[in-house]
Amino acid sequence: MSQKAAKKELSPIDIYKLLPKTNCKECKQENCMAFATKVVAREVNISQCTPLQKPEHAKNSAILHDLLKPPVKEVIIGVGDKACKVGGKLVMYRHEFTYFNPTAIAVDVTDEMTEAEIVTRIKSTENFSYEYIGNTLKLDMIAVRSTSGDADKFKNCVKKVSETTNLPLILCALNASVLEAGIMVIPKARPLLYAATLTNWKDMAELALMYNCPIVASAPNDLNGLATLAKTLQVYGVQDIVLDPGTFFNDGLADTLNNFTMLRRAATKVGDELAGFPLLGLPLSIWANRGELADDLVRWREAYVAGMLITRFTDIIVLHSTEGWVQLPNVILRQNIYTDPRKPVAVAAGLKELGTPNENSPVFFTSNFALTYYTVAADLESSKTNAYLIIVDAEGSAIDSGVAGRKLTAEKVSDAIKATGIENKVKHRKIIIPGKASRISGEIEELSGWKVLVGPRDSSEIAKYLVDKWQP
Amino acid sequence: MAAKKDDKNLGVEVTELMELIAKFQNLELHDFHLEAKSLELRIDGGVASMPGFKLPNAIPTKPTALLQQTFMPPVEKYSSSISEVKLGATKSEGGTRGRSLIIGGEKTPAFYTFENPVINKPVVTLDVFDMEVPLSKAVKMHVKEVMGDPAAWAKLAVEQFKADMVTIHLISIDPLLKDATAKSTLKTIENVMQAVDVPLVIGGCGDPEKDTALFEEVSQAFPGERFLLSSFTRDMNIENIAKSAKKNNHAVLAFTPMDLNMARELNRNLYDHLGREDIVMDLSTAALGYGLDYAFTNMERARLAGLLGDSELAHPMSSGTTNAWAAREAWLKMEDKWEPRELRGPLWEVTTALTLLLSGVDMFMMIHPAAVKTLKDVIDNLSSGKKADPSKYLDWVSAKI
Repeated sequence: MSQKAAKKELSPIDIYKLLPKTNCKECKQENCMAFATKVVAREVNISQCTPLQKPEHAKNSAILHDLLKPPVKEVIIGVGDKACKVGGKLVMYRHEFTYFNPTAIAVDVTDEMTEAEIVTRIKSTENFSYEYIGNTLKLDMIAVRSTSGDADKFKNCVKKVSETTNLPLILCALNASVLEAGIMVIPKARPLLYAATLTNWKDMAELALMYNCPIVASAPNDLNGLATLAKTLQVYGVQDIVLDPGTFFNDGLADTLNNFTMLRRAATKVGDELAGFPLLGLPLSIWANRGELADDLVRWREAYVAGMLITRFTDIIVLHSTEGWVQLPNVILRQNIYTDPRKPVAVAAGLKELGTPNENSPVFFTSNFALTYYTVAADLESSKTNAYLIIVDAEGSAIDSGVAGRKLTAEKVSDAIKATGIENKVKHRKIIIPGKASRISGEIEELSGWKVLVGPRDSSEIAKYLVDKWQP
Repeated sequence: MAAKKDDKNLGVEVTELMELIAKFQNLELHDFHLEAKSLELRIDGGVASMPGFKLPNAIPTKPTALLQQTFMPPVEKYSSSISEVKLGATKSEGGTRGRSLIIGGEKTPAFYTFENPVINKPVVTLDVFDMEVPLSKAVKMHVKEVMGDPAAWAKLAVEQFKADMVTIHLISIDPLLKDATAKSTLKTIENVMQAVDVPLVIGGCGDPEKDTALFEEVSQAFPGERFLLSSFTRDMNIENIAKSAKKNNHAVLAFTPMDLNMARELNRNLYDHLGREDIVMDLSTAALGYGLDYAFTNMERARLAGLLGDSELAHPMSSGTTNAWAAREAWLKMEDKWEPRELRGPLWEVTTALTLLLSGVDMFMMIHPAAVKTLKDVIDNLSSGKKADPSKYLDWVSAKI
């Protein structure tokens, strides 16, 4: 416990004093102190210290690993380059450090779907892709459910799924012999098994051990039961456990959030090892209990509860809806929540040439907020516009909030015009400013001496704007 | 029986929601293809894993029965609580509103109901504008009948969309729009007050000078109404308007651009003239995908700090959730696979709202009726004190969907 409490306060010195202190640079760092600093920031792994692996340092190595062990265990699902790491969280709140291993998102198929339907759902999951500030947002896993309760059907389904995709799998059946029929098709693929319960735990624990698979412990709305299961599985020899405290809707929503919150706090703040496992959320469970809700309404509810779970500590979620309007807000929310809050999302200020601009090409400015910059640059590039784009240092804020918060001012725009040397690149003296910065257009004209043209409020309309309005 | 009845009610609610969001109309579509090329900004996730290390295990003796464990709920004590702010005043309280509302008062982080129950439910105030404004199609289809008629718009917001409050945005005073006088807005406010009896937020135009004049005028013209004046900023000369707000019994929204030190500073300046019970904070809301992470973390930090004794941040928080529509994914006609935007748009507002609800926001300024409906349902669910029914939960595994 004392070590755990100290974990939060880890300093480079704590690490340094346990290192071999050879300054050998085999880790590619200048010296051991520099290495220790990066270890504390979780930018390099302690295993990159080669001398530490020698037998004489075994004791220090063990202490270091324990010091650095995340309070939420990291569990790996699947094998090979698509393997998915879940958990591994160091903190409860992202501002305390940063979150690692973004919530993995799985989509389900069942052993009673037609092959065509299975393939369609897998392909739509695999092909899901959205470009967002330089990242490609993807989905991560396939959950295979036994709805038939028939071992042969489940086996055939897992076979079809594993032939169709390399994505890691979650195999779901509460009957151990049905589940095993599925695992036997892919005995070395390390699927996540769902689930060990208070009744079937023994058979499930055997399967997890036999096939070296991570396994979900499920005890709906019963944290004592969940702790009991985690403890029992652990003593049984199962190391890689994922916790399912239950995902409930409507009247059960409060318990759902409380359970996820209590588990994560117990792991990160109290050092409760039985709570220190990745958490599984099942927004798709609403489909089992939909009553007479219309399909779009079920999707709507599945979507927003998924979002709440991403915000509240969930490491894996399973969805049934494959619709883009359901998935998109959630993959973007995940990206937002898992962005490293230690790094400002800003790009370097300066001048960017888009396409092959000449002395008559239009000149735009935008903010150095990465989201704004990439959106504008992508729009200009995709519309094949030849232009100059001045990136103004707005302290990483968007146009509207930058103007409102005085971080994007006419002075800064005017200074940027001079600093970039754009005056030597174009013959005209016209700058197209974002519609959302129209408030400062007069001031920019005054300070810079350039004529200001107020452009569209959204950069998707720039191409059309240029056709209608641009005259060098 | 009880459960059955609930299901039925749910069905009715849902029908309402569907009617709201399913009114898809023939859309004029600009052809737009999102072809953002793969851009090279990778923010590295870092290294969290510790491969190659295993605890030296004792040879496990496989248990033959469950090893019973008790989970200890990790309940914390907080040294402080969030101030309560009353909005609106009834006749007996010196105003004309049908009811007043209290926000704030939390003793625990947002909806940690395993520690403390919800004291005052977060409230929703719907946006009403005093002139025609450009709105996304998905929003406009619900309000186009009342656009330009703030009283009718307010009535729709309260009676149909079940708003707890109404924000009347007096943007006509904006020098870049109509540059109307502060005095000219009084009639509009009067009309809205006649149309609805909920507490009101009085919204300015964002120009510090015009807003100063507006708040001065409105404070004096409607003494005792307990309006929320939105908003006071660092670049305004706040002394006179703060004094006037206090004298005439109004509350104040303190806006800062996502910086907790600025928020503290502004609050300190306001303390010279106003009480803790008069101040609500707006720490800035960014849309999902466009900085929501900053807004979320900023608010979460403020709330935790407030509970742990940082009194300058222990104020209720308001969020301009309508900003969700600044995200192009909320309103843009996209490739078919991301459609319909009539669902994607309000879901964008819902996701933005719910994320911030979980950071501790007490008051939401919103615009889409389906988003409002969903947020209010979730707030009710989380505050109800009702329990989950786990009996059929595991059925999801074999459910034929």
